[in-house]
Amino acid sequence: MGTFNFFDTLANPERFMRYSGPILWGTGLAAAALLVGGSIWALFFTPPDYQMGESVRIMYVHVPAASMTMMAYAFMVVASIFGYVWRHQLADLAAREAAPMGLAFCILSLITGSIWGKITWGVWWDWDARMTSVLVLAFIYIGYMALWRAIENQAQAARSAALLCFVGAINLPIIKFSVEFWETLHQPATIITPEGPKMPPEMLLPLLTMMTGYAMLFGFFVTLRLRTILREKRQGSHAPSRPVSVAQPVTMTDDPAPRRPEPSSQPASEGSN
Amino acid sequence: MTDTEKGTPENKPAPKKRPPMRRRRQRLLVVSLLLPTLAVASFFVLIGISQTSVYFYAPKDLPSPSELDGRAIRIGGMVAEGTIKQGEGLETWFDVTDYEGTVTVVTNDPLPGIFRENQGVVIQGNLNNEGIFVASQVMAKHDENYMPPEVAAALKATGRYEDYMEKQEGGY
Repeated sequence: MGTFNFFDTLANPERFMRYSGPILWGTGLAAAALLVGGSIWALFFTPPDYQMGESVRIMYVHVPAASMTMMAYAFMVVASIFGYVWRHQLADLAAREAAPMGLAFCILSLITGSIWGKITWGVWWDWDARMTSVLVLAFIYIGYMALWRAIENQAQAARSAALLCFVGAINLPIIKFSVEFWETLHQPATIITPEGPKMPPEMLLPLLTMMTGYAMLFGFFVTLRLRTILREKRQGSHAPSRPVSVAQPVTMTDDPAPRRPEPSSQPASEGSN
Repeated sequence: MTDTEKGTPENKPAPKKRPPMRRRRQRLLVVSLLLPTLAVASFFVLIGISQTSVYFYAPKDLPSPSELDGRAIRIGGMVAEGTIKQGEGLETWFDVTDYEGTVTVVTNDPLPGIFRENQGVVIQGNLNNEGIFVASQVMAKHDENYMPPEVAAALKATGRYEDYMEKQEGGY
């Protein structure tokens, strides 16, 4: 297991608590600075578009949200691989906690896209390939979150959710390439193209600032959620001095009839969130 | 299972569960087969749907009114230069072209903000018997180019605007 030493280190909840503190502060402060700075830059110091006029500014919210929708899902796929194959419970939890963020980004991109669409295309919604596939991703997020809550045994829930996550990943390339493969109302990619970005630097730089800010926000919330869960587990456990692991080993007690407790009943606070 | 039956002396009773290392490898195998399979599947979905589904017809591919039999369809193309005319009331007439075929469109709908000549449009409606497309919904298709107005004006002034756009747009 030498190859995965880094992940083994992170997978230990005690060590995660130690290392994630600076990550939490770093991502949080970076997110605040980039999002506030980027918004002011985008709203007041960028040119309007030659066709869209001032409504082009919706892009600075819409594009980062849409891109993070997919990045969050990609993160969940990677975390699920570590959770599913190597049974790193912290990786399972990371995937689980990333889902609500991904869904939030997805809904934000659908709403902002819809508003922009009404202004530019003349319609709020159209069932073209891009919009439909992003809507499907929203439902995959919802299904994934529902599956975690539907299965009481957390280890089983993690396994099932990871498999759903893998199957849902089929949608990522469909979303990405929908605008290339199909005739869509939605325009093709602007930033990553063979000819380079089809956008001048005075628009591209604030956009990239906002995108980095969104990514930091995502990192901040996932780290925060993981730390909160680990703290809850630590507080919920009966022996706070003992190192807390997500799945505690079954130990024999003085109980005359020792019974193996259900795994789901162990993390006391698990079902409540 | 076979180990228990053979029962070599040094063998402890076979454990009910397989050793974790082997199960881990098995799970790794599941994931490493599942993900490429899904990737290939998604590729075929993309290819398959792009060949069978029609989001809109280009004017040159437009079926005849009798083939359509009053069915609502969509057409997509560019608003031909110098063809936008105001009719009676809210009526607007214009031609949609893909530079190979052209169809005349009439609509009573308010037009989207960026509607203009040489603009990509997607139009829902019916083809009537005279071959005129009666639109119920006109959508302006935006391209992937973002530009401040001054830059667009400068490009137009130097006559490089068309070249620039031609280089960018592959569709129509």
